[in-house]
Amino acid sequence: MSAVIESHDHEHHHGPAEGLTRWLYTTNHKDIGTLYLWFSFAMFLIGGAMAMVIRAELFQPGMQIVEPEFYNQMLTLHGLIMVFGAVMPAFVGLANWLIPMMVGAPDMALPRMNNLSFWILPFAFFILLSSLFMEGGAPNFGWTFYAPLSTTYAPPSVTFFIFSVHILGASSIMGAINVVVTIMNMRAPGMTLMKMPLFVWSWLITAYLLIAVMPVLAGAVTMMLMDIHFGTSFFNAAGGGDPVLFQHIFWFFGHPEVYIMILPAFGITSHIIETFSRKQLFGHTSMVWAMTSIAILSFVVWAHHMFTVGLPLAAELFFMWATMLIAVPTGVKVFNWVTTMFRGSITYETPMLFAIAFVVLFTIGGFSGLMLAITPADFQYHDTYFVVAHFHYVLVPGAIFSIMAAVYYWIPKWTGNMYDERLGRLHFWLSFIGVNVTFFPQHWIGLAGMPRRVPDYALQFADWNMVSSVGAFLFGASQILFLFIVIKTVMGGKKATPEVWEGSRGLEWTVDSPAPYHTFTTPPKVT
Amino acid sequence: MFKKIINSINNKLSAVLLLIFSSKSFAAWDDLNMTEGVTAISKEVFDLHMLIYWICVVIGILVFGVMFYSMFAFTKKKNPTPSKFHENTKVELVWTIVPFLILVLMAVPASNTLTKIYDDTEGDINIQVIGYQWKWEYKYLDDKIGFFSNLTTDWDEIYNKTPKGEFYLEEVDEPVVIPVGKKIRFLITANDVIHSWWMPDFAIKQDAIPGFINTAWTIVDKPGTYRGKCTELCGKNHGFMPVVVKVVPQEEYDLWVISKKEEAFKMAELTQKEWSAEELIERGEGVYQKNCVACHQVNGQGIPPIFPALAGSDIVLNNKAKHIEILMEGVQGAAMQSFANQLSEVDMAAVITYTRRSWGNAEKGDGEIVTPKDIVEYKKPKV
Repeated sequence: MSAVIESHDHEHHHGPAEGLTRWLYTTNHKDIGTLYLWFSFAMFLIGGAMAMVIRAELFQPGMQIVEPEFYNQMLTLHGLIMVFGAVMPAFVGLANWLIPMMVGAPDMALPRMNNLSFWILPFAFFILLSSLFMEGGAPNFGWTFYAPLSTTYAPPSVTFFIFSVHILGASSIMGAINVVVTIMNMRAPGMTLMKMPLFVWSWLITAYLLIAVMPVLAGAVTMMLMDIHFGTSFFNAAGGGDPVLFQHIFWFFGHPEVYIMILPAFGITSHIIETFSRKQLFGHTSMVWAMTSIAILSFVVWAHHMFTVGLPLAAELFFMWATMLIAVPTGVKVFNWVTTMFRGSITYETPMLFAIAFVVLFTIGGFSGLMLAITPADFQYHDTYFVVAHFHYVLVPGAIFSIMAAVYYWIPKWTGNMYDERLGRLHFWLSFIGVNVTFFPQHWIGLAGMPRRVPDYALQFADWNMVSSVGAFLFGASQILFLFIVIKTVMGGKKATPEVWEGSRGLEWTVDSPAPYHTFTTPPKVT
Repeated sequence: MFKKIINSINNKLSAVLLLIFSSKSFAAWDDLNMTEGVTAISKEVFDLHMLIYWICVVIGILVFGVMFYSMFAFTKKKNPTPSKFHENTKVELVWTIVPFLILVLMAVPASNTLTKIYDDTEGDINIQVIGYQWKWEYKYLDDKIGFFSNLTTDWDEIYNKTPKGEFYLEEVDEPVVIPVGKKIRFLITANDVIHSWWMPDFAIKQDAIPGFINTAWTIVDKPGTYRGKCTELCGKNHGFMPVVVKVVPQEEYDLWVISKKEEAFKMAELTQKEWSAEELIERGEGVYQKNCVACHQVNGQGIPPIFPALAGSDIVLNNKAKHIEILMEGVQGAAMQSFANQLSEVDMAAVITYTRRSWGNAEKGDGEIVTPKDIVEYKKPKV
C-alpha cells in the first residue's frame, strides 16, 4: 500500500480489505489466526465424521457398515486429520491471534510467510483427502504408517500422502519460525522472558520442538518415497534394510509431536484458571521450568512406543525410567493449577468448566500414561484399546477441550460479542459426558484384551463397545452445537468490555473488544 | 469391599443398559480388567499392573480431593476476596521430590520383572512363529513339524448372515500345542509386514518383524486352551488372525507330535495318487476358501488394483506355467505371497485347478488342470 493513501485516509488504511482477496492476500495476524481456526474446525468436523464411521462399525460385533479395507482408511485419515488438520492448526491459529497481542507487538514478525504457511495447508489436505477417490483407496496403514505396510504393501495413493506430509511439515516449520522470531524480537519494552505470559512461553517451547522434529518426519517420508519409487531398501528387510529403523525415526518425531499438541494447552489452561480463580497463577516460574523439562525429556523417551519390537534390556530399562520421569514435571503443573484454585474466588463460566475438565481428564490420561511406561505391564497394554483410551484422554479432553476453552475465553476479544453462556455450558456438559462415555470404557475393553485398529472383535467386548459408540455419537453431535454457538457469537450478542472477564490479566485485555485490526502499533510499557 | 461396591454399581448399570440395549447379559467384572494369566510371569505382570493402578488411584484421590474441595469451598460467593499468595519454593520442592521417590519405588519391581522376562536361553521346546498376511505359521524346530494356523470363523458369521459362535474370531484350525511344565521358547518373525504375537495369559507380546527374530519364553502349568490376537496393524484382515495355544499333558503332547508326523507321511502318499479333475476341484474349493478368499474374494473378482481378479485373468485362463509360478514364488513387491511352504503339492494343484475351472474360467480359457505331480516337477531343481 502506498504512503499516499495513508496520508489521505489514515483510518481506511487500518481496516481490512474487502471481499475474498482480504483473506487470500492478508498478512494480518488476526485474519490469519481466524483462517487457521476456521480451517481446523472444518478438519475437526471431517475427522470427526470419520470417527463416527469407525464407532458405527464397532457398534456391534460383525461387519455391518464398511469393509475392513475402508475401515483402515478411515482410522488412518481420522488420525492424520485430527493431528495435523485439527489440533495443530488450531494452536497455530491461537498463536497468531494471541502472541502479538500478549507480547505487545503490532503483528507477527514475518507476515508474508505467515500467509504462505496457512495457504499451503488446504492444498495438503485436498491432496490427502483426494486419495479417498483414487484406485486402491486412501492410505490404510494407520497414522503411524509403519513400514513395510506403508511402503511395499501400500496402496498407490501413498505417494500423495507423502507429498501431503511434506507440505504440512513445511507449513509447520514456517509457522514455528515465525513464532520464535516474533517472541524473541518483538516483545514490548519491559517484558522480560520470565514476565512473558505462559501461553507465549508454551508456544516458544512448542515452536522449538516443531523446528527440531518436523524435518525428521520429512526425512522418514522421503526414505519411504525412495523405497517405493527409486529402488532403495531403507526399510525393506529383503534388501538389507531395517523396518525397526522406521519406527525409531518416526517416534523420534512422534513423541515430541505429542507434546507439540499438549504444551499450548498447558499455557491456555494456566490463563483460564488464573482468570476465573481471580488469583495470580501459582508458581509461574516453576510452570516455565516444568514445560521446558517436559520438552527436553520428550527427545529421550521415543522408544516407549516400541517396547515390543525386541529392544535390548538396557534400552527397555532406560526408556522406562526416562518415561516415568515425565510424570514429575507434569505433576508439578497439575499441583500448580490446583493450588491456584485453592483459596481463590472462583466462578464457573464455560471456559473455566472446560479448563477444569482439562485438568482432571488430562491427569487421568497422565495416570494411564504412567501405567503404560511400566514396560512389563506395557507388554499387556501395548496396541490394545487401553492405549486408545490413554491417548484420546490426553488429546480430546486434553488438547481439544483446551482449544474449546480458549475459543470461549477469547472469542469476546475476537468478535466484540459475548457468547451465549447457557448454550456454552450445555455444550460443555454434553461434550464432557460424551467424551467420558466414549473413552472411559475403552480402558476396560483394552485391559480385557481387545486390540486397537480392528474392524471387528470377539463377543466379550460387545457391551462396552456399544456404550462407547453411543458416547461418541453424543460427543460428535454436540460439536454441531459448538459450531452454532460460534456462528451466533460472530453474528452478534451482548457487547464485550475490553477486560471481558473480571479477573483477566494480560496485554490483550487492555485493547478494545473486538480488538482493532491493528493493535500495539506503538509498543505498550510493561512494568 | 471395593470390588463388591463396583460389582453392585456395575450390576445396576447393567440392568439399566440392559433395558436400553436389550443385550443378553452385560460384561462381567472379569471382562473389565487385565487377565492374571496362567504363568508365574503373567501373575507378576498383573501384580505390577494392580500396584501402579492403586498408586494412581490414591494420588488421584488426593489431588482431585484438594481440587474439588477448592471448587466448592472457594467460590466467589463463599470467598469474595481471593488470597494473594502465588509462590512457595518449599512446597514446589516437596511436590517435585515426593513424586520422584514414588516413581523410584515403582521402578524397582518393574525393572526386576522385566529382567526376568528377558531370559533368552534355549527352551526345552523351540517354536518358530512366523506372521503372514493374515495367518500364523508355527515350526517346531526340534521335531521338524510345522503348520499354518488360520481363522476358522465363517465369513457368514462375520457378515452377520449366521449367528456368531462362542469363540467368534478367537478360533483357528490348527492351534499351537505345547506340553505343561516345559520351557517353551518362541522365535518370532514375519514374512511380509510387521505383525505382533500376543498371548495375554502368558503375558507375551512380541512384534513379528520381517528380517528380525524376536524371542519370548513361557512355562505353563495349567492345561487349557488360551486365546490371543495379532496386535500390530498388518493390513485389511489384521482383526482376523487370532493366536490359539493349547496346553496339554506331556503324554498327550507326545501323541500329538507322532500324529503330526504321520499326517506329513500320508500327504506324501496322496501326492503320488492319480487325481481326477473333479477330485481336485472339490479339494481346491476348500483350499481356496481358507487361503485365498480374503483377497481374491469368493467370486474370484478380487479387490483391484491391490488384489487382482482371478475370474477372467489371462494367466488363469491360458498360462498354466505362469499360474504355478505365481503361487510358488509370490509376486515381488505386491501383497501376493509365496504359498510354496504353506500348501502341500496336493493342495497347490487342487487350488490352481479350482481357479482355472471356476467362475466361467473353464469356458473362456484352456481349462487345463494341474496335478500334484506337476507341482513336484516344478519343485525339482532346474538345470
